Amino acid sequence: MNLMSVVQERYKREIPDFSVGDTVRVHVKVVEGDKERIQPYEGIVIGRRGSNINETFTVRKISFGVGVERIFPLHSPTIDKLEVIKRGAVRRAKLYYLRDKKGKDAKVKDKERK
Amino acid sequence: MKSIIGRKIGMTQVFLEKGNVVPVTIVEAGPCRIIEVKDEAKHGYCAAQVGFIECAKEKTFNKPYIGIFKKKGLPVYKVLREIEIPNETEVKAGDYIKVDIFEKGDKVSVSGITKGKGFQGVMKRHRFKGGPDSHGSMFNRAPGSIGASSFPSRVWRGQRMAGHMGNERTTVKNLTVIDVLPEQNLIMIKGALPGANNSIVEIRKEG
Repeated sequence: MNLMSVVQERYKREIPDFSVGDTVRVHVKVVEGDKERIQPYEGIVIGRRGSNINETFTVRKISFGVGVERIFPLHSPTIDKLEVIKRGAVRRAKLYYLRDKKGKDAKVKDKERK
Repeated sequence: MKSIIGRKIGMTQVFLEKGNVVPVTIVEAGPCRIIEVKDEAKHGYCAAQVGFIECAKEKTFNKPYIGIFKKKGLPVYKVLREIEIPNETEVKAGDYIKVDIFEKGDKVSVSGITKGKGFQGVMKRHRFKGGPDSHGSMFNRAPGSIGASSFPSRVWRGQRMAGHMGNERTTVKNLTVIDVLPEQNLIMIKGALPGANNSIVEIRKEG
């Protein structure tokens, strides 16, 4: 597996430390015709899966009253920047229960600062 | 130089510049050492006998095998294969073939020995449909009819049946080289290659 990691390390990027429940802003590169621009996408991380170069994370937000979930490969070059806005205090690894909640129930508690 | 011998490391995924995720197989290809050059005049065809993976323990091999290398004053290699070389290529015994003969975007064919599957039925071996699993069906994975009756009164040659599957030489053609890392002797090829990890594969440039 040593030679395998030689290849994988080449494609890895600096990722800020974040976990499930955090609110993040993902700056996504969008190509329109021959122009490229940055589009921010902000929401709650409801899951992380995979490991190494294969890892992805899911970000959920409510856009004009409609729930939207986007799955990003963690090391994707289409992510220009990843900002952690808020740390959330959660007790499970996947926050799929948020899909069935509305309004105030669909919130994640802030993590207390140590 | 068009071909090289390599060892399959495994599969992973990588990103292209645009962000597309591509499945790749990583192969440690070369450096291969040319042991003997065969030419038109003496052997009737053009080829190069190449060694791959230098061997530290000579005891593993028998004396005739070691003799092939000793005669040329070269170290013993674990893998000895013959590869095709174009006519009138300027090579001699002792030369190295490195992975830098390939570059990004090249189309290659890869040959190797597939994983052995043992004795398999027709559904797995020849992708037959089989029958229903339930509702009282007693025709589950059987091959069904294998031919007509009084004519020909025998089974046609080539009739697909159960039998040994895998562990045979297979070539996958028209694969794209995603990247080459000459320092580590690594080559990344899009898609899957025949054989298990650590098995020996032969990579040939197409065209």
